[in-house]
Amino acid sequence: MSNIPADLKYVTSHEWIKLQADGTLLIGITDHAQGALGDLVFVDVPKVGRVLVAHEACAVVESVKAASDVYAPLAGEVIAVNEALAGAPELLNSDPYGAGWMWQLRPANPADIDTLLDAAGYAKVLETA
Amino acid sequence: MTLSDNRVDRMLKQTALHSEHQRLGARLVDFAGWDMPIQYQSQLDEHHAVRSGAGMFDVAHMSAVDLHGARTREFLRQLLANDVAKLKIPGKALYTCMLREDGGILDDLIVYFLSDDWFRLVVNAGTTDKDLAWIKAKATDYGVSVSYRDDLGILAVQGPQARAIVARHLPGKLAEASLALVAFQAAHEGELFVGRTGYTGEDGFELILPHAELVALWTQLLADGVKPCGLGARDTLRLEAGMNLYGLDMDESVHPLEAGLGWTVAWAPEDRDFIGRKAIEAYRAASPKVFVGLLLEGRGVMRSHMKVRFADAGAGETTSGGFAPTMKQSIALARVDAAHAGACEVEIRGQWVAARIVKAPFVRNGKVLI
Repeated sequence: MSNIPADLKYVTSHEWIKLQADGTLLIGITDHAQGALGDLVFVDVPKVGRVLVAHEACAVVESVKAASDVYAPLAGEVIAVNEALAGAPELLNSDPYGAGWMWQLRPANPADIDTLLDAAGYAKVLETA
Repeated sequence: MTLSDNRVDRMLKQTALHSEHQRLGARLVDFAGWDMPIQYQSQLDEHHAVRSGAGMFDVAHMSAVDLHGARTREFLRQLLANDVAKLKIPGKALYTCMLREDGGILDDLIVYFLSDDWFRLVVNAGTTDKDLAWIKAKATDYGVSVSYRDDLGILAVQGPQARAIVARHLPGKLAEASLALVAFQAAHEGELFVGRTGYTGEDGFELILPHAELVALWTQLLADGVKPCGLGARDTLRLEAGMNLYGLDMDESVHPLEAGLGWTVAWAPEDRDFIGRKAIEAYRAASPKVFVGLLLEGRGVMRSHMKVRFADAGAGETTSGGFAPTMKQSIALARVDAAHAGACEVEIRGQWVAARIVKAPFVRNGKVLI
């Protein structure tokens, strides 16, 4: 059974979103996603300053088996990325909700956050998958 | 992201170890119609275990085929592109291609010489049915009997410690004989067969034995510290070892000289008329396409069927690629124009990334060779 922290938000495409005190968001992939992908060996995150449209493919994670797109859960500007992932993609496996965060976003419209799934909603997505 | 588990709703064949794979928490995938473990916990850990210690692979989806008859050697000298006349000591083996008349590769296989009227082939899972039909059709002229040994399974135990550990679990005389084997040689006692072969670039054994005994041996090896490894690790290990995978690096549309397998074709004696010889003679001096190793210099991971281009002349395609865990960078095998010139690039997800042609193998016996 995969770990789904109660204090995060989620989307059905297996990204998690953490609301920071300053209104910005940290984004990564869920424990379920990393488990399904297997050992991750390469990560490509969006460039700082890039303006993302909701649901666009903006990052790539590659496991030993295959490459997968990671989608922007909501619109906004990338204000920081996790540089450590370039040299240590395994952080996505070992600590997907912590050291494995991928990028930080300033949301274009903070109200979009209300459209995201909570932990119970995401758990339901996994059950019915 | 989009996650798929590669599973389809059809009846898959199971090896004798199937319930053991489930008990160990393996992720199972459809491989050539068999429900096989792609990994247990971590494919990378499994890969490293084979490079540094010992790992074992259930490869019972592959098939042993026994050929009997007084004219078996003569038959195989016609059937196979390598020459079994090289096999003079019972137990010795050869790696070879089996070709169509037009030179296309039907399969790659290992052939063991066991006695004057008994040879054993080990063939790929996905090609077993067509191989059997082909071999049986050709064998009748020679009075050779062909038996598919589905009563036997195959277990590969690989890594620098593999032989010593396996020997502890073999009967005394066979243990001694197994440890005395040179590479590409087998010993057997009854239906218990031990070959010093493999598909990882490491030392080790491939054992062919009845299913119940295979399960018992697996259990003993597990208790003795041998790590169960899935087909995922088997693929990264063979890729680092520069070994071809049938169905990816070659198939019936490709001849051995454009698959890097010219060394397995025995041209001498000139009058040995093996199947496919006439067709591939034309490429003997020079093949228009050649098979090369690639090392990625830029960022990303090369996979199968990516385009390759050269700055001045020539192009090609990767046939298999991936992340090499021992080297911590991406490598690939590729088929490219022999007349290529200039800097090499590979198209990865819409972007051209710098790569370098290198000579495979990339890794052998735990050491990076590039």
